[in-house]
Amino acid sequence: MLELIKQPWPWYTSGLAISFIMVILIFFGKSFGFSSNLRTMCSMLGAGKWVSFFNFDWKAQRWNLLFLIGSVIGGFISANWLQSEAPLNLSQATIDDLQKLNIPFDGNIVPSALFNWDFVATGKGLLIFLGGGFLIGFGTRYAGGCTSGHAISGLSNLQVPSLIAVIGFFIGGLAMTHLIFPLIF
Amino acid sequence: MMKSVKYILAGILFGIIMSKSEAISWYRIQEMFRFQSFHMFGIIGTAVITGVIAVWLMKKMKSRDVEGNPISFTDKQKAWRRYLFGGTIFGLGWALTGACPGPVFVLLGQGYLVMIVVISGSLLGTFVYGLLKNRLPH
Repeated sequence: MLELIKQPWPWYTSGLAISFIMVILIFFGKSFGFSSNLRTMCSMLGAGKWVSFFNFDWKAQRWNLLFLIGSVIGGFISANWLQSEAPLNLSQATIDDLQKLNIPFDGNIVPSALFNWDFVATGKGLLIFLGGGFLIGFGTRYAGGCTSGHAISGLSNLQVPSLIAVIGFFIGGLAMTHLIFPLIF
Repeated sequence: MMKSVKYILAGILFGIIMSKSEAISWYRIQEMFRFQSFHMFGIIGTAVITGVIAVWLMKKMKSRDVEGNPISFTDKQKAWRRYLFGGTIFGLGWALTGACPGPVFVLLGQGYLVMIVVISGSLLGTFVYGLLKNRLPH
């Protein structure tokens, strides 16, 4: 059983498992949306004193923070006990494209050339990690949701606004990958 | 107590699913935005199709949640600007860091402590949105 879980999961198993998470949260009387935690965390840090948007009853969102803590633990468990021995099965075309941008493929889940403190300490690294985070935080709150809230929960409930948001996700992602990446890497 | 534990357990399961599906992989997100593999599209597609069926069934069967309350679904606010503009801004960040908000925290748990910088940036971005909210087109 453990050996089966350890292997990389096929896309259909993963997709089904993700919608299962949405369903159990609905049965708990909640909804699947991760990025609202960022607003809750701002409120906890006292942002409500300056900006009324953060002045809300964040304690009602405690359940979602517990879900967030669980997700960190889940990452820890996966990295320590559920890791597959095989390198990531990335397509050769992507490996070649990234090579042209001087980002080597090392078989890990993320490029170790980028995800380390020495790289983050460079101006470019700081721009990517802090700036990228800024775009995630600003964009998700502006759009009122991220991949979980719009692409999964919203589309499952046939919400047109969520479809517009997902189209936006791809406009931004394609622009970054094809137009901006060649400029920064 | 059990009330709280079930959310942590759901989160743990989510973290494992995100890890094993490789949806937390910076490389996989690049592959998706380059249309060089079906992997991520298969994941999102399966999740959406099964999700549509599940939501439809829950509505049809007038399901109740664990506390016995009727399950209700709230419609998203009717607009387009905030979804298109906000979505595009998020998409830029998603491709750049290779992670959406969930995976950012899952990767932190995996031991990639540099994600603290991404989390700090995303809290700052959320705060600045709150600051500018009333001046932005929605």
